[in-house]
Amino acid sequence: MGVSSKLGNLGIVTTTVEQAVNWGRTGAMWPLLFGLACCAIEYMSSQASSYDLSRFGMELNRATPRQADLLIVSGRLTRKMAPVIRQLYDQMAEPKWVISMGDCASCGGVYNNYAIVQGVDEIIPVDVYVAGCPPRPEQLLHGILTLHEKVRGERIADWA
Amino acid sequence: MAVATPPQPIEEQRRWEGSLDQLRGLVSERAITGETMLLNMGPHHPSTHGVLRLLLELDGEQIVSCLPDIGFLHTGIEKSIEDKTYEIALPLTDRMDYLSPMSNNMAYAAAVEKLLDLEVPERGQIIRVVCLELARCASHLVWLGTHAIDMGAMSVLLYAFRERERVLGMFEMLSGQRMMSSYIRPGGVWRDVPDDFLPTVKQFLNDFPAKVDDYEALLTQNPIWKDRAQGVGVIEPDVALAYGLTGPALRGSGVNWDLRKAQPYSGYETYDFNVPLGEHGDVYDRYLIRIHEFRESMKILNQAVARLETVKGPYRSQNHKYCPPLRSELGQSMEAVIHHFKLWTYGYDAPDDEIYNAIESPRGEIGCYIHGTGANKPRRVHFKTPSFIHISALPVMAKGYLLADMVAIIGSVDIVLGDCDR
Repeated sequence: MGVSSKLGNLGIVTTTVEQAVNWGRTGAMWPLLFGLACCAIEYMSSQASSYDLSRFGMELNRATPRQADLLIVSGRLTRKMAPVIRQLYDQMAEPKWVISMGDCASCGGVYNNYAIVQGVDEIIPVDVYVAGCPPRPEQLLHGILTLHEKVRGERIADWA
Repeated sequence: MAVATPPQPIEEQRRWEGSLDQLRGLVSERAITGETMLLNMGPHHPSTHGVLRLLLELDGEQIVSCLPDIGFLHTGIEKSIEDKTYEIALPLTDRMDYLSPMSNNMAYAAAVEKLLDLEVPERGQIIRVVCLELARCASHLVWLGTHAIDMGAMSVLLYAFRERERVLGMFEMLSGQRMMSSYIRPGGVWRDVPDDFLPTVKQFLNDFPAKVDDYEALLTQNPIWKDRAQGVGVIEPDVALAYGLTGPALRGSGVNWDLRKAQPYSGYETYDFNVPLGEHGDVYDRYLIRIHEFRESMKILNQAVARLETVKGPYRSQNHKYCPPLRSELGQSMEAVIHHFKLWTYGYDAPDDEIYNAIESPRGEIGCYIHGTGANKPRRVHFKTPSFIHISALPVMAKGYLLADMVAIIGSVDIVLGDCDR
């Protein structure tokens, strides 16, 4: 075991349940395999060779919301799509997090018109907003790391 | 966790299922009686390449009929353009077919030029050809990776995206943006190519043919790939023409129609390249055509890069009624300041006339219809996009094949829902 060899003859690790659980949650946060528009292509880029999201334990995209922890809303959300995304979010098991990727998902972006929901936070709660049209993969990675930071700070007392 | 409204049951959901009576005439009578099964595919499905919903009628595993349901990505781009000036509307076109924004820019810019009767200088045309062919490569690379992953070949995506990153790097060099470059503008291109652009393209052209060979080594003779692709999703040439298919989906059926040859634009008639054609009109032929198009694009790029080194001069029309003067002129010329101010506040008037102009995007014919008003905003802008047409042909292609072939067929026509719904 890595931990015991590093600790030498101490042989014991103390931590809190909170920290251990949060560490586990950030280490293998499975995103939902879901893309809406342009940002989904950058999301694919961030998973592919150059940016390699699996460095953060996230290479496993789940196609079913039941097995996913993280919903990355990548792209513009239309009024026709809004009920679908709400249903996907409802189907995800707790604990679950949402990253709003890109300007369209965050605030409607350049599309202030009849078709586009002006921000996905009108439909579902959002943890991290990533700006950009579309955001570069580095920006998405930064958003994910920001989310990890947030998750590491979560407290048992706040768990529903 | 952020505060949000508590989850509420969605009434919409029930309406989706609807009653079978609504489907009468769209699906066979056997589905109404329950003899065949109705299966919903999408809009959240990894193989629909976006948010496409298909209602499939299945007899066992065989597809009896297929009803595409589009509009999940309807963005209102055409309507939004109506209250923007011609130049300001351009970035919206990037976001239609988000796999090849350069082609959208080109379709729109060329249409505006046709409306204004605006000439593009030769250097501008060559830069455009370089961009368009690089965009074709980038788009086909995404298609290749996702198509392969749909059919169970996981690793191709990683190789394809490795090369795509290099193309995106070049676009970033040109425009400062990886994907939504807005680089091709009415009258030419936004700015001249930077000094390190050409060496980068040459390096890419040097490496890329070997990479295409690698993709072929992974797929072309792969027995699993052939089993899944050959003889699947066949569409006859006359049917393909009747449905209005264009691009590789049409050429896969053996119809020789490529707008770069048939109605050359941007100087394509002066480049030496071939149009690859298929024979059987199946998934495999459409795959082969796009692979060959990589090589043909390399040919065009090699010629274009060589020309770019010799042809100097303006990269954008010098007609300052329509194209802004150089930034450096603003300090010296009062006239330049006036043009600049006029263009970025009011824009320019376009005649009260309607035009249609089409170019060959990686997916097929992308056409732009503009109806001017005589003022600085268009009355109507409409895009004739290949994905929309190709989705309408999906039922013909899918009929009689197995459910598992559906993902291969969707992948092979290379649809982009942003392109379809706009």
